[in-house]
Amino acid sequence: MVVNFRIWRGDASGGQLRDYSTSVTEGMVVLDAVHQIQAERANDLAVRWNCKAGKCGSCSAEVNGQPKLMCMTRMSDLDTSQSITIEPMRAFPPIRDLVTDVKWNFEAKKRIQKFTPRAPDNDDGTWNVDQGDVDRVQEFRKCIECFLCQDVCHVLREHHLHQRFIGPRLLVYSAALEMHPLDTADRTGDLRSRDGIGLCNITKCCTKVCPENITITDNAIIPLKERVVDRFYDPLRKLFRVFSG
Amino acid sequence: MPNYREHPYDVLVIGAGGAGLRAAIEAASTGASVGIVCKSLLGKAHTVMAEGGVAAALANVDERDGWRVHFADTMRGGQYLSQPRMAEIHAQEAPDRVRELEAWGALFDRTQEGRILQRNFGGHKYPRLAHVGDRTGLEMIRTLQDHGIHQGIEVHMECTVTTLLKDGERIAGAFGYDRERGRFMVFPAKAVIVATGGVGRAFRITSNSWEYTGDGHSLAYHAGAELIDMEFVQFHPTGMVWPPSVKGILVTEGVRGEGGVLKNTEGRRFMFDDIPELYRNQTAADPEEGWRYTQGDRDANRPPELLTRDHVARCIVREIKEGRGTEHGGVFLDIAWIKERLPNAEEHIKRKLPSMYHQFRELAGIDITKVPMEVGPTTHYIMGGIRVDAETQMSTVEGLFAAGECAAGLHGANRLGGNSLSDLLVFGKRAGEYAARFAAERATESYPKEQAEAAAAAALEPLDGHTSQGQNPYKLQSDLQDVMQDGVGIVRKEDEMKEALRRIDRLRRRAANVSVPGNREYNNGWHTALDLEHLLTVSEAIARSALGRPESRGAQFREDYPEKDAELGKLNTVVWRGADGEMQVRFDPVPELSEEQKKIIEENQ
Ligand SMILES: Cc1cc2nc3c(=O)[nH]c(=O)nc-3n(C[C@H](O)[C@H](O)[C@H](O)COP(=O)(O)OP(=O)(O)OC[C@H]3O[C@@H](n4cnc5c(N)ncnc54)[C@H](O)[C@@H]3O)c2cc1C
Ligand code: SF4
Ligand code: SF4
Ligand code: FES
Repeated sequence: MVVNFRIWRGDASGGQLRDYSTSVTEGMVVLDAVHQIQAERANDLAVRWNCKAGKCGSCSAEVNGQPKLMCMTRMSDLDTSQSITIEPMRAFPPIRDLVTDVKWNFEAKKRIQKFTPRAPDNDDGTWNVDQGDVDRVQEFRKCIECFLCQDVCHVLREHHLHQRFIGPRLLVYSAALEMHPLDTADRTGDLRSRDGIGLCNITKCCTKVCPENITITDNAIIPLKERVVDRFYDPLRKLFRVFSG
Repeated sequence: MPNYREHPYDVLVIGAGGAGLRAAIEAASTGASVGIVCKSLLGKAHTVMAEGGVAAALANVDERDGWRVHFADTMRGGQYLSQPRMAEIHAQEAPDRVRELEAWGALFDRTQEGRILQRNFGGHKYPRLAHVGDRTGLEMIRTLQDHGIHQGIEVHMECTVTTLLKDGERIAGAFGYDRERGRFMVFPAKAVIVATGGVGRAFRITSNSWEYTGDGHSLAYHAGAELIDMEFVQFHPTGMVWPPSVKGILVTEGVRGEGGVLKNTEGRRFMFDDIPELYRNQTAADPEEGWRYTQGDRDANRPPELLTRDHVARCIVREIKEGRGTEHGGVFLDIAWIKERLPNAEEHIKRKLPSMYHQFRELAGIDITKVPMEVGPTTHYIMGGIRVDAETQMSTVEGLFAAGECAAGLHGANRLGGNSLSDLLVFGKRAGEYAARFAAERATESYPKEQAEAAAAAALEPLDGHTSQGQNPYKLQSDLQDVMQDGVGIVRKEDEMKEALRRIDRLRRRAANVSVPGNREYNNGWHTALDLEHLLTVSEAIARSALGRPESRGAQFREDYPEKDAELGKLNTVVWRGADGEMQVRFDPVPELSEEQKKIIEENQ
């Protein structure tokens, strides 16, 4: 079956959608189609990928306007009677074609206080940890850094507040550290001021697109917000209670 | 004249997988200035895809385990072609390297007592693989990456090294380009660590990504280093076979570790039909015993599905060849059957093998808790690589170190699952340590400018004067994959390999005319063109080494020499670049086992 694709070609100075049609066979995913077009007709088409199995988070793009991993988007799930549009993630500056500049995510991560374990429990330098405590943070540690959640978050996408808000991915990362059973650092101050957790107004768009099904808002962001509140506003509340008897 | 930017370091690490990151962390901890270069974004290297676990004799689950047993298992698995000292160091140091990861934030699955949990894997006598569900590699690379970014290491993401620079006999740095803009860069360095991973893209059916084009093997080879054991390419027994576009994607051995069984279309568990002599004492007598083993019964022996990968892959090929395979050219791997034994099997499978569940559901539309998977062999790993000193990881070129999959010596003729992630940690650390030490004894780095200029000119050739008569780089890569898959694949024969070598030669001539449209900015076609030389080099090395070993051992199966040859069993194949530029092959004796090592192996028969 021949399907028409409209792929965004261009760079930082601009670009446009170009039409390519290619034959689609059983089981193909969008990334396969892009590779086929690249090998046959657009040798210089820029696209990122690595694992082709949803494990590395390299192949993020917007397929028919939806943020997706191209390697996990099956052609059979799309309406191929229409053209399929493939664009780069729009929340990041374009480099070329489907490749965007995601360096900001790496820079912002560096500023988050690193893992700081408590003293080991055992003489051989190891810790005893309950599986239940491991399970609690495992969800956050599944993150493959595809940055699709960053791509849809309106604080970054529409308001471009990259300097004031670290975005859902890095809030997930902070949650993984904060709830790590061995970690002792306190990141709530940073979360409140520098990382801008207050800018998230819980629209849950990030959770909807996460290919790892991480419940970003409910399980990571809201508990972090609560921690921030406990840490910074609780004493006031206590004081209030004292006065009101 | 193309110009370039210079980024000088004491130690340059090429590759940001587990080996490269661990090496960089170690080198930086000594105070050396360290730069790390990688082709993809940080955290996307192959290590991220590893599933099953990291092997280390922590003895948390079975106290009978220890480094001696791990050493013996590794030697047996490698069919005694491993460098004994490397296998010894690896077994001794792996536990500390795993514990250290925990101190850096990795969270492994736990035992009842809260210790690191370990799982069974093929060829390991006791449960030995520390793991996080089936995404151990992600946990490992993220831990190293997040620890590493606070160590003052400079990371050059999406930069590719195309040539190593030498000052006389000594390594002097590397030349490369950044993918984003196509700008050239020179990394003058006192010591260079190659940690570039494997060569899987040389084959049609592979679990490997675009990055695995054998760059490090080829860079080192062209810089004068020796490669050993290149005939030993691991074909993992279980890759996906359907639908066609996912052919080759890995299905972790963890499925079998959790009780998954292999069956042919007649419903027979064919793995019981052929159990090699070397493993007879350690294999379950019947399915019942095999099941008990996977459930942690310490008195049971492993089911034959958990024999070494080379053997399982060959049994699968035999079933398919003899007409007992599925219509898509695979066999069945069934984990759903465990519901006959476990009350909550569905949940259990989803918890133990979450990414396999996800992968099959999303890519094949199959629920593995209900129906069997279809699997067949896929190119997975190369045991062969850059010859290194066991203690220091220095190659045969002064100042050039190697670690991880691109280095050789630990795995001999066949690698045990889980022994790669531990290899990265143990020898990554050592490479970092000794490279930093080497660098500390050197004066400032200098490099011959004309080498950098020649490298720049060569890199630009595919872009010069693009015409439709030029060779398409994707087509060349694809043709090479067919040559290797058909001619030097799982089952090998002399005449087919000779033909493959002739075809490689023809491809090399075509590659001289490779041509791509567009400019230097993030041009995947150009990148593919520049990787070709590496792919051709490693393909030739694999074919020549395989041809030079007329016997079947470990991962090498020769249809024309189906038996082992005792004499060849004492030799490692060595390839290097001769003075005339032609590839040379010779055989060196495997280093003698020490008395102590002999004793350990005997004790653990
Ligand atoms: C699907 C899959 C599952 C696996 N599961 C397991 C498992 O459970 N247990 C286990 O022990 N092993 C497993 N393995 C094997 C193991 O993951 C790899 O062997 C290991 O991760 C290799 O690590 P590395 O550090 O040597 O290289 P990689 O992680 O591959 O890193 C190579 C690095 O080198 C860079 N590079 C390459 N060429 C250049 C160049 N020219 N210039 C600059 N940079 C370059 C790349 O960009 C990359 O950063 C698995 C492998 C695969 C593919
Ligand atoms: S829930 Fe918060 S972080 Fe997520 S998309 Fe909405 S505003 Fe952004
Ligand atoms: S949280 Fe989910 S969507 Fe966001 S980067 Fe991680 S995996 Fe991607
Ligand atoms: S290629 Fe790895 S997630 Fe798509």
